[in-house]
Amino acid sequence: MVEAECLECEAKMKINDDVVVGEIISCPDCGADYEIASLNNGTVTIKVAESVKEDWGE
Amino acid sequence: MNSEVSEKKTIGILYDRIRWEEKEISRRLEERGASVQMIDGKLQVLSLDTPEEAVPAVVLERCVSFYRGLNIASVLEAQGVRMVNSAKVLDICGNKLATSLLLSRHNVPSPKTVVAFSAESALQAIESMGYPCVMKPIVGSWGRQVVPVRDRETAEALIELREQQGDSIQSIFYVQEMINRPPRDIRCITVGENIVASVYRYAPADTWKTNVALGGHTEACPLTRELEDTVLKASRTIGLGVLGVDVMEKQDGQLLVHEVNGTVEFKGAQAATTNSIADKIAQYAISADKEGLAAEPSVREIEAEA
Repeated sequence: MVEAECLECEAKMKINDDVVVGEIISCPDCGADYEIASLNNGTVTIKVAESVKEDWGE
Repeated sequence: MNSEVSEKKTIGILYDRIRWEEKEISRRLEERGASVQMIDGKLQVLSLDTPEEAVPAVVLERCVSFYRGLNIASVLEAQGVRMVNSAKVLDICGNKLATSLLLSRHNVPSPKTVVAFSAESALQAIESMGYPCVMKPIVGSWGRQVVPVRDRETAEALIELREQQGDSIQSIFYVQEMINRPPRDIRCITVGENIVASVYRYAPADTWKTNVALGGHTEACPLTRELEDTVLKASRTIGLGVLGVDVMEKQDGQLLVHEVNGTVEFKGAQAATTNSIADKIAQYAISADKEGLAAEPSVREIEAEA
């Protein structure tokens, strides 16, 4: 399991091994949402996830 | 490229946010021997003159953002990619008015609908329908801004709120009759000509909306002949593909199609369905570049075998 640091509150976020690029993770402390931007040999980069827009849905 | 690799089919999944559905479809595609190419819609830069050589021949459109998914599908389709669903189907499903027009023109039973195009005429539209009625935005999902309108004061407040949002699409007032239905509706998922799942969606306690995204739960729904006919007629009318057809039951038992979803979420439906919905979608995508898609057993046939 790898970790990433929340860009908002600096909490450590545990990232499951089966996570894939494009998946959304949430900070357990402050609730901020991040998208997994890349995964390379145990290193992970995250970016702030898009927030819900008017045209979102199914 | 050696022959073994070139024979392995690659299916693209166009996404902007990976949900359980995208992971599940990807897993099932790989189980069926296909390679999966994830295409992040947020990062695409597409030229209209130069075809994207890196894009597979078949791409499943799975964007959460309707406009993003539709517009990328339009470009890729113009470049010869087989989009599932097609841009045309996505366009119709993403617009409740376009969906209603098609359903009504082809005599698929659906709720009575009126539409007005300004705040000035919206109250007239609502009062012509009578209270209670339901007001919906023509673009949007997950039950957002779907409101029961029970009296004139509420109608006026809602129209004022819409007007203040300043977005032109909010000035299209789509108003439907309120159907006296049980606290549930039916979601059927069609893949091509087959119904692969049929579930009741129950509204959470003390609410009226049945959307699973809002906490509604699902239970298996028997696929009656009438339901099958209604749902398949709706799917054919919209143009086939991978669709979520939503149906309401009137008190007299008549079925009404109120929505068809073009980028269907099915985590809720899967919870009440034995067979893998993702696998049916994977199978459909793999055979999507051929003329005449392979027939799959419907829920009715699967149940009969069990």
